Amino acid sequence: MPPDSPSAAIPAPDTPTSTPPGLIALFVAFAKISLAGFGGVLVWARRGIVDQHRWMTADEFNETYALCHFLPGPNVVNLSVVFGSRFRGIPGGIAAFAGLLGPPIVIVTILAALYARFGEIDALRRILAGVSCAAVGLLISAVFRMMTPLIKRRDLIGLVVMAAVFTAIGLVRLPLPAVLLVAIPLSIAITFVVRQRVTA
Amino acid sequence: MNSDANPILTLVWTFGLMSLFAVGGANAAIPEMHRIAVDLHHWMTDKQFADVFAISQMSPGPNVLIVTLIGYSVAGVAGALVATLAMCVPTAVLAYYVSRLFTRSSQARWPAIIQAALVPCSIGLMGASGLILALASDRNWTGALVTAVAAVLASATRLNPLWMLLAGGCLGFAGVI
Repeated sequence: MPPDSPSAAIPAPDTPTSTPPGLIALFVAFAKISLAGFGGVLVWARRGIVDQHRWMTADEFNETYALCHFLPGPNVVNLSVVFGSRFRGIPGGIAAFAGLLGPPIVIVTILAALYARFGEIDALRRILAGVSCAAVGLLISAVFRMMTPLIKRRDLIGLVVMAAVFTAIGLVRLPLPAVLLVAIPLSIAITFVVRQRVTA
Repeated sequence: MNSDANPILTLVWTFGLMSLFAVGGANAAIPEMHRIAVDLHHWMTDKQFADVFAISQMSPGPNVLIVTLIGYSVAGVAGALVATLAMCVPTAVLAYYVSRLFTRSSQARWPAIIQAALVPCSIGLMGASGLILALASDRNWTGALVTAVAAVLASATRLNPLWMLLAGGCLGFAGVI
């Protein structure tokens, strides 16, 4: 991350940014991104914001996403609010948020109603069982992909923290807030001490 | 449903709090959703939880919409809406203020340390999600095999994930799983 992050007001030399998007444009763009995004909206967010509309450079997008990733909660939802508000203040944030969540909520609510009505039908039960087996495999592969850098760096502390959180949540099934209120401060303290020692 | 309190209020409180602890996104909060929806409140069975996860992965939109499905099963359309907003609004407000803070004074050091400290936590949470969902979904060895094959294919190839979900659905329909 560069020390002085370029704000939207100071375009970098390669910034193709034209006019800032209006509220309706924000809503429509995020609705499209959301509806295109099966299984993961991030790729489509990048495509829409950086490639298609050229509202941000790739670097600006990465920086904004990094910020949203270390905040809690659904990352892409955070991204929509941060992005929208950067151009049009709070109304812009709300427009992007509504675009991202509004249309898929309608679709998913309809699916929920259908599931409540027909969920006991045998064929549907079997199909969903098959889909969930495959979906779990996708999730596990994402976990491995995230673990790889830790293993390559031989980041022992990171791996221990990871294993501890996994055990507390996955095996012992402790409540999430309790686990994180212990794990996060501890992890930050250890990371801080280790980095001090490296830079010293 | 055995909640004596207003179910809508329970949803607001549950997902509002979870929102602020979902380090690493919605998939990292799945163990907590399972603990609350299946073990604590008995809103749904293990199998229904796996179904709801499957539906959320097949639908367009962000992964967080699994809470829409949980909310619907608790209190219908109102529950769906309330659960989704409770899960998304608190963290969106937080993101708004934090992003303003960082564009003003960019102290790159603290965010980097916090980020490095949070990544292992969120991987641990996602791993727990994988375990809990695998226990709920893979009811026999063919199911576990499909999960393993999907995991390997998704790691080793650039195959569109939708094809794997589709293949899983077909195998399920055929009665293999």
